[in-house]
Amino acid sequence: MTNAAAFSGGYVANLGPSEEGYLLPAVDEESVFFWEGTRLGELRIQKCNSCGRLRHPPRPMCPTCHSTDRGWTQVGTTGTIWSYVVPHPPLLRPYSDRAPYNVVLVELDEHPTIRFVGNLVSGPEGELDEVDPTTIRIGEPVEAVFKRFRRVDGSEEFLPFWVRRS
Amino acid sequence: MSPAVGFQDATAIAGIAQTPFAKHLEPSEAELACQVIVDACADAGIDPSEIDALCSYTMEATEEVDIARNVGCGDITFFSQIGYGGGAGCGVVGHAALAVASGQAEVAVAWRSRKRGSGPRPWTSTSVQLRVPGAWTRPFGLLRPVDEIAMLTRRYMHEYGATREHLANVAMAVRKHANMNPAAFMHDRPMSLDDYMNARWVSEPLCLFDNCLETDGALACVVVSAERARDLRHPPVYVHAFAQGLPPQHQTMVNFYNDDPLTGPAWACARRLWANAAFGPKDVHVAQIYDAFTPLILLSLEGYGFCERGEAGGFTEDGNLEWGRGSLPVNTAGGGLSEAYVHGFNLINEGVRQLRGTSTAQVEGAETCLVTSGEGVPTSALLLRR
Repeated sequence: MTNAAAFSGGYVANLGPSEEGYLLPAVDEESVFFWEGTRLGELRIQKCNSCGRLRHPPRPMCPTCHSTDRGWTQVGTTGTIWSYVVPHPPLLRPYSDRAPYNVVLVELDEHPTIRFVGNLVSGPEGELDEVDPTTIRIGEPVEAVFKRFRRVDGSEEFLPFWVRRS
Repeated sequence: MSPAVGFQDATAIAGIAQTPFAKHLEPSEAELACQVIVDACADAGIDPSEIDALCSYTMEATEEVDIARNVGCGDITFFSQIGYGGGAGCGVVGHAALAVASGQAEVAVAWRSRKRGSGPRPWTSTSVQLRVPGAWTRPFGLLRPVDEIAMLTRRYMHEYGATREHLANVAMAVRKHANMNPAAFMHDRPMSLDDYMNARWVSEPLCLFDNCLETDGALACVVVSAERARDLRHPPVYVHAFAQGLPPQHQTMVNFYNDDPLTGPAWACARRLWANAAFGPKDVHVAQIYDAFTPLILLSLEGYGFCERGEAGGFTEDGNLEWGRGSLPVNTAGGGLSEAYVHGFNLINEGVRQLRGTSTAQVEGAETCLVTSGEGVPTSALLLRR
């Protein structure tokens, strides 16, 4: 059973962490399209079907036109680093085993006020401590990759990570 | 004329109390809450049976029914709880003042009791925080409040050229005040710039001394009408103005999803607070500014109008936040960083002491005090005067 499949009618599927122990998102009715997209290597943003404005994180109502008619659109996967941190223990395992690691906040090139928290890695198999944090700079151009996480029950989630653009 | 002119100075804080602050206290949170409420009533000279309003945080574990049964209240006719953790404190006292000013109650008690030193760290929960916004942040190892605030801090430093020395100025000023306060957890622990710079990282760019304490403790205060307060034991400390603030498109703790993440709830709260007040930031003699993390003081100094945007780092220089030296002494009992972290309630009681003239870092002639609650979450603030 996938996290997305477990959802129905407002139910929040929190199927637990990955087999390594990494926290995985709880998928609800508002965000299910996003996590379906990451399986396909797509970055999808919620879109108001009435006025066309994008909003993130997803929610039931458009704050501009008050329509609840909503869908999504696929957006470009390039962005720039808006900020970053380097966490040190005390942390949860297995994060603490990788510390110090980086966490970046990326703003999308096409939609600068839509931002994603993620990790700067060297590729879709990358670990969150593999980039030397002293080399990270605000303003660096990056691009999304989608890393697969598997739970002990065999279900999977794909999370957006970020690699440097040359 | 201010729309809130009828509220201005209509109520006063007449009693305050606190427990000892420690890494571990033996009594339960409920016992500490009841004790501190009875003590605050005694400080005011009011019998607890007169309490008819109870206000606290949604995170407070002891419910109104338990307080009322323990301390022996009569009819409680107003009770409210405010959410968002450290953003709630001034709002709790503000709701108590609104209840009294509007005639819903006559003796309102606000309190917070928390064994954060003994208890679990809330961020270690792996089950309850994975919806919005946690689903978008926690899987990537942005696990703790300090990580979330460090993200804004790094950007702030990049945008405005603020430095670790500026953060150290905040930590050292507050520590200096704790060193003057025998009740402060860090009373006997001075801090130098070397101490700060050599402290271990917690979440770069924030180190250990950018973080508040983990404390067991409880505090309470009693709010009554200004008229009644004038007949009680202590000089009244008037609630001059009160505001809460939740700005457009805000996301609690991870304010990453709007046009300008470096302006948060403090700005919204300040707009209402100053609109409701008969004086402005230049007339504030001493301030108690919520300090779960040092950068929250920088952001709040800007949000509440003590300096322009991007200037808060410079504002901390030359001891400007220190008692005896600066233009705006802050957190004169040691704050969350060095006295106790009880969701900011100790800032409220210290504001009262400053205006009674009984602080251990007394600002000479202080007549006005700003108290703020947490920046980065839906927040609140009080303007107190004597």
